Amino acid sequence: MDMSTLPRAVELASFGMRAPRWSPGGPCALHSEIFAGTRDGSGAGMALALALDGLPPGDERDVLWVQDAVSIRLTGRPYRPGLPAALRRRLIHVATASCEDALFALEEALRCHELACVIGEIAGNPRALDFTASRRLTLTAEKHGVPLFLVRLDAQRDLSSARMRWQVEAAPSPAPRWNAQAPGPPAWRAELFRSRVHAPGEWILCDDGQGLAAERPADTPDHGDLAAAAGDRALAAR
Amino acid sequence: MAIWLPRLAIERWQHAERSAAGEGPNAPSRSAIVALIEEAAHGPRIAAVDDAALAAGVSPGMRLPDARALCPTLRAVPGDPGGDLAFLRRLAAWAQRWGPWTALDGHDGLLVDVGGAAHLFGGESRLLADARHCLARQGLTARLALAPTAGAAWALAHYGPEEAILPDASLRGPGEDGGMADALACLPVAALRLDDEVLLVLRRLGLKRIGDLAGIGRDALRRRFRQHSPELNPLIRLDRLLGRAAEPLLPIELVQPAWVQRRLLEPIRHREALEHVLADLAGDMACELERRGEGARRLELGLWRVDGDVAMRSVELAAATRDPAHIARLFSARLDAIDAGFGIELVRMRAVWAEPLGPAQADLDTRTARRGTTLAECLDRLSVRLGAGAVRRPAVHASHIPERAQVWRAPSERDPDSQALSDSPGRPLKLLDNPEKIAVLYATPDGHPHRFRWRGHVHEIARVEGPERIAPEWWREKGSTRLRDYYRIEDSEGRRYWIYRAGLAGDGRGGLPDWFLQALYG
Repeated sequence: MDMSTLPRAVELASFGMRAPRWSPGGPCALHSEIFAGTRDGSGAGMALALALDGLPPGDERDVLWVQDAVSIRLTGRPYRPGLPAALRRRLIHVATASCEDALFALEEALRCHELACVIGEIAGNPRALDFTASRRLTLTAEKHGVPLFLVRLDAQRDLSSARMRWQVEAAPSPAPRWNAQAPGPPAWRAELFRSRVHAPGEWILCDDGQGLAAERPADTPDHGDLAAAAGDRALAAR
Repeated sequence: MAIWLPRLAIERWQHAERSAAGEGPNAPSRSAIVALIEEAAHGPRIAAVDDAALAAGVSPGMRLPDARALCPTLRAVPGDPGGDLAFLRRLAAWAQRWGPWTALDGHDGLLVDVGGAAHLFGGESRLLADARHCLARQGLTARLALAPTAGAAWALAHYGPEEAILPDASLRGPGEDGGMADALACLPVAALRLDDEVLLVLRRLGLKRIGDLAGIGRDALRRRFRQHSPELNPLIRLDRLLGRAAEPLLPIELVQPAWVQRRLLEPIRHREALEHVLADLAGDMACELERRGEGARRLELGLWRVDGDVAMRSVELAAATRDPAHIARLFSARLDAIDAGFGIELVRMRAVWAEPLGPAQADLDTRTARRGTTLAECLDRLSVRLGAGAVRRPAVHASHIPERAQVWRAPSERDPDSQALSDSPGRPLKLLDNPEKIAVLYATPDGHPHRFRWRGHVHEIARVEGPERIAPEWWREKGSTRLRDYYRIEDSEGRRYWIYRAGLAGDGRGGLPDWFLQALYG
């Protein structure tokens, strides 16, 4: 065993040195969970933005989008004219009646090496989506190298093995250049509350069509490395 | 042997009509005046008529209004050329009882090669009698003729006497063609299978019968029709008729779908044993398909039970394949609801739909096992479990109505590359299946909205863009349909929606307009 690769005690004590802050453009985790509400489309929008952020440019492989019946009823189906231009021709949509079918579809899709990424939308905390199910998804995604972005609509933060977990809600959009009264490009207030490789943090993300831009929200103080200690409090409490 | 079915379309229709009425197929035809019509460039045209209509002066080729003027009680029925052709194809396969191969001839005839087969029926005349009897039993009017060449048989069937037989040249007198030219000389030139334009030329030249052509030098004819294709050149047609030139024909071939089966020594009642048989069958099917150079697109599995019941399962594949593991896996997902009863004694698998698939290199290393499935395999597995309608791809549709601007297609149908449609800017990411009614507070009925209530929550509208007016499609919707004014809005918390007002106040199509929320932005 090579002792030099192991973290030293000093580094373990100061978490921030080994856990750089997340920033757009870096490698995306293979299994991300995005918690969002059903009163807006921010979960799907953020998942698409993260997926496009992680995909190499010029990728022509298809993208599979799985939705269960409740999420279709509450937030609707993907609408092709409004999709990002890079995805319009590449989307395959799978509508499932139940969460079990959705998990089956997600796992089958993750096994397929001809897919660029897989997006899932599951509403609530169904019994089928327990820690074992999320572990299966993580292992399949890491075995075949296909990223999964799972949108959890109106869900509690339950046990999960997802590598990055986000809480997302809509944020006021930046004013467009020509008409200040009009809604601008999409913006989200995103909180990364659990990650294996990054320190938790909160950002205002904005997708202006060119790429994902992140900035720190003005109103939250930067706790720095102290935030790591509170990383998964909701998980520990259950 | 040439078989001409001059009244195929109308007789098929009459047969179907009688079957639908519950009468026997040979019941006397009722006295209706019926014409089958087809859509031509300038409106409906008559394709076929029955006896009563013919007696009333209606003939095929007329326009429907002309025929209605002649005979006001005429009943027009849309024809079914595709069905006629399929029927003729089946008939051609059936006609192989008289000869080793058969070919379609146009849309109303068959050619059967009976060379060396006539003695099996007791001679040529008895062969024709047998054919006439069999066709009459099917309720078909047929004109039959038998000749050494296909062209001559066709000519005699269409223009010769009833059941004409032209014996083989070797049995007749000396001469270059055994006197065939003399026997056919009195037929009209139309018997050479030429089109109307060439026939007009020949009629203007005064050449009315086949015999007239023989009186003219070949060089002169060749010069006159030099620019015509071989199919329309009277000289080449004449040579084919007399057997001086070869005439290739395309025979009908019956292709049996690939099938494999296992008869079981002991009826099986358990799932594990059945899956084992299934894996064996999939292996056999892969060998059979590989031998044919095909890959299956649709497979049927039949399970015959001991107590006389059959269960059928079928799977459809997104791409041609013959991978036994994939096939066995797809079927095993469909075996759940099968009732084995007292046991299953015979299992048969058929490739109902197959496509050519070349041999493929087998995987040489084990790395491919880790690489995962292909997209086609993945889509197959999803469609088999979730149903074919669950896996779809959004495609554009030419419409301004938002919910009609997108249609769902099968995942294998991609957009053509050349499709360049002007995108409407500012469309939402997700469209609700049904627009949801919202209560809106506004300053003026046709002004911007200020506040709305949706699913029990009140949203203060912070920013608005609009309206974008989308008018109803008057060519397919009722006149009372109201237009829609779409607004892109963002509430005070940054949530963004696409809402519309159905109609205007005072547009005469109802009271105050309702508001609907149709879509969410990402």
